[in-house]
Amino acid sequence: MKRRDFVQLAGLGIGGMLLPFSTLGNPVPVEAMLDSPLDTSQKKQLADVALNTAKAAGATYADIRIGRYLNQFITTRENKVQNLVNTESFGAGIRVIANGTWGFAATNLVTADGIRKATQQAVAIAKANSKFQKEPVRLAPVKGHGEVTWKTPIQKNAFEVPVSEKTDLLLKANAAALQNGASFVNSNLFQINEQKYFASTEGSYIDQDIHRIWPTFTVSAIDRASGKFKTRDALSAPMGMGYEYMIPKAEDKVKGIAGTMLYRNSYDIVEDAAIAAKQAKEMITTAKSVEPGKYDLVLEPNHLGLTIHESVGHPLELDRILGYEANYAGTSFASLEKLKSGNFKYGSNLVNIFADKQQPGSLGAVGYDDEGVKSRRWDLIKDGIFVNVQAIRDQVHMLGQNESHGCCYSQSWSDVQFQRMPNVSLAPGKDPYSPEQMIKDVEKGIYIAGRGSFSIDQQRYNFQFGGTVFYEIKNGQIAGMLNDVAYQSNTQEFWNSCAKICDEKDYRLFGSFFDGKGQPSQVSAVSHGSATTRFNGVNVINTGRTI
Amino acid sequence: MPILTKDEAQALLKKVLSYSKAEQCEVNIYGGDSGNIRYARNSVSTSGNISQSTLIVSSAFGKKLGTATINEFDDASLQKVVKRSEELAQLAPENPEFVPFLEPQKYAEPITFVQATASITPKQRTDAVAQSLQVSKDNKQVAAGFFEDNKAFSAMMNSKGLFAYNTATNVNFSVTVRTADGKGSGYATRGYNDFTKLDTKAATEIATQKSMKSAAAKAIEPGKYTVILEPAAAAVLLERILFDLDARQADEGRSSFSKAGGKTRLGEKLMDERVTIYSDPLNPELPTSTWNGDGRPHEKTTWIEKGVVKNFSYSRYWAQKKNVKAIPSPNSFIMEGGTKSLQDLIAGTKKGILVTRLWYIRDVDPQTLLLTGLTRDGTFYIENGKIQYPIKNFRFNESPIIMLNNLEELGAVERTVSVESNNNYLIPPMKIRDFTFTSLSDAI
Repeated sequence: MKRRDFVQLAGLGIGGMLLPFSTLGNPVPVEAMLDSPLDTSQKKQLADVALNTAKAAGATYADIRIGRYLNQFITTRENKVQNLVNTESFGAGIRVIANGTWGFAATNLVTADGIRKATQQAVAIAKANSKFQKEPVRLAPVKGHGEVTWKTPIQKNAFEVPVSEKTDLLLKANAAALQNGASFVNSNLFQINEQKYFASTEGSYIDQDIHRIWPTFTVSAIDRASGKFKTRDALSAPMGMGYEYMIPKAEDKVKGIAGTMLYRNSYDIVEDAAIAAKQAKEMITTAKSVEPGKYDLVLEPNHLGLTIHESVGHPLELDRILGYEANYAGTSFASLEKLKSGNFKYGSNLVNIFADKQQPGSLGAVGYDDEGVKSRRWDLIKDGIFVNVQAIRDQVHMLGQNESHGCCYSQSWSDVQFQRMPNVSLAPGKDPYSPEQMIKDVEKGIYIAGRGSFSIDQQRYNFQFGGTVFYEIKNGQIAGMLNDVAYQSNTQEFWNSCAKICDEKDYRLFGSFFDGKGQPSQVSAVSHGSATTRFNGVNVINTGRTI
Repeated sequence: MPILTKDEAQALLKKVLSYSKAEQCEVNIYGGDSGNIRYARNSVSTSGNISQSTLIVSSAFGKKLGTATINEFDDASLQKVVKRSEELAQLAPENPEFVPFLEPQKYAEPITFVQATASITPKQRTDAVAQSLQVSKDNKQVAAGFFEDNKAFSAMMNSKGLFAYNTATNVNFSVTVRTADGKGSGYATRGYNDFTKLDTKAATEIATQKSMKSAAAKAIEPGKYTVILEPAAAAVLLERILFDLDARQADEGRSSFSKAGGKTRLGEKLMDERVTIYSDPLNPELPTSTWNGDGRPHEKTTWIEKGVVKNFSYSRYWAQKKNVKAIPSPNSFIMEGGTKSLQDLIAGTKKGILVTRLWYIRDVDPQTLLLTGLTRDGTFYIENGKIQYPIKNFRFNESPIIMLNNLEELGAVERTVSVESNNNYLIPPMKIRDFTFTSLSDAI
């Protein structure tokens, strides 16, 4: 959703906006992005101003995040660079507990005086809101970590790569698409760097440097005579990596179905754009419209990731389960009663789904979350049984647990941190099994690669998903490309229809770069790993219509 | 930085332009203050205030454009930002689609600013939320809601002499009320430029009634039904039509307004003749800015007239290439309606379904603008002119273009908020036949 903010910035359609509160920060020239405004010792001094001010004003807890958030967004179409936007946002957000109630204030005046005032404001807000408070905030204990640092293990900082190198690569991909029959092609490269300093009254001073990158494109094929058009999006994944993701390596390529190439820890955008153009062309020429009915679905990781995100990631957020998101994102079918029963069958016995804030290359990987909790891994679904959820310091006690899961996040210094989805992944199958073998075992099925249209209800029961490319499977063979495919199911029914999972050789990450939650809405980025997986007897509808 | 007056903005932008050495220079500034309170489980969960201002300088040499931004406003910072934008322009590749900045334009005086909203106090904000919470508590229901107010200004000036200025206020409120056992849920949303028009108590009472009446919903078979869409439900479908009215996409053959033979559907009757949709920045019930970010005036524009596609929106580049007027895309829209109330529409319905809210709307097929999503927070079965009982939620797959061909009746226009885009619109409740529900949902 916040992707629209990027688009708006890219188009510079800003002047007439009535509500100009972009959460993405301000566009800045690229050379300014590499200077750091404050060193760690200065940040520590400023942090102590906040913590001492808060305590003096009566707060029982305080934390401060001094953050510098850099984005670069390149947008091209065909042979043109349409825009290059650099944004930087620098400031501090202070969160306190006073009278047992949270208060938060933020300032872009990162001076002792600016921080002192913001801290006093946060305490005043906490005290004012305490009249609505029914129960005082209870924080799960966390040990102070002292002065520590963590950095995304990147090999090449994308912000240090010359802009011309990046635009040349995107234009080369566009050219490959056009040479292979695309009518139009739009490509983008998103790069994000979060430089975050966290300090709290628990004795932590945590300096982190987080990097994320996402190259993507949309290829369009158009038949002007019939008026038909189809699009094919990139099969890249957004990653918690540096520019090394943009440098293709043979060992990261996974041969998919019917000439499709899939990618692990590096991406060949030029190759994928050429394949995309051929596939888009096929969609408007020879692909068949799907016959609705029940099919066995073979879902590859770049597709299945979004299904995991929507049908497992979101329903297992504790704040959602408790009703804190009721007015916007909704609540959850996965109630605490179901969790406590210890026997709620979320999926078949094969289904093992885990949360992991440490997975290398993932979008959610950090050393510590935005309230100073060390990142970790834990199980959500074990052998098909619902065993845990995602919770942060002020809510985990409601589960009868006394340790936060470390998944608190804020999109910027100016927004208050809250519970966000960690990487949530489906464990690969234990026995050797490849996607080719899986297809051979299917009588009547559809192979789906890449993300498509997605929609799910506010308690996460009923969903409908499309995809990027669809191939019919008949008696163990690929029988050609399909159009107009969407599958509809119910979360519990779907995961219980999980019949087979490929082994770890096929395991790779999918990612969601702009996942929205909260009011005002905040984005976060999260990865989902899986191997190609089979689901039996899923309801497929035909989405073709005529106006 | 506080909200700048017109004179202050003009003086500041003039100063910025005086530092420019580029062939052309354009400066935008925007900023403002925003406050919000969020609540859930009948208790405040978070609240915040944001105050920000940003200056954007675009410098051009030939077809090379550079843009830089700053949020400090002393002379040295202003000189620095102008210089940076010029350096970037010199380094930038030529953009063949660059169009020179606009000459001075005439703008209507905007009516988007209401003092009562601009001067909201923290106490007024808290009181508005307290009134909402009181209703849910009195009825033993559980409320979650969001209140947000904004006051903002924007201005622009360029080296051709163009100057534009606007101030705006708005307040948005939404509340979801659920029964304590989670078996019923109701919703209401309101948006105004004028805070004094907002009645959080009345809105929460509606959501509370819906919550209580929606408990113990029955399942009925999915299929094609006559539906009555409340304005908040219709808004999230209709706005997709407006988002799709871009001329270039249609001309390039890749929108629902493209058609066979490389043509577009401009001038074609695509919907029922009672469908007229227009935008008007000076509508007193829904005022919007009278200019857009590149300096073009927003004027009253008819997009769909009696079912016929009357206008597309254009970028300045595409309008120049096609030699047509560069009509900017609108900030909002108004759909003409009738005189009947929602109750009248229900009373005149033999069999049908009342839809309060639609949720999680996603494109399924851009060719036909086919959308999917679900009903939520109060869906009711109507028979013989009366609401008979609550029903379980449905997933739909429907195109708003096809839907507006199946129009039965329109009610009286009211202002509503899209839960998807947060935009405000003037939309009537509408009765539609053959609306396609494709599956049931257990969600409440």
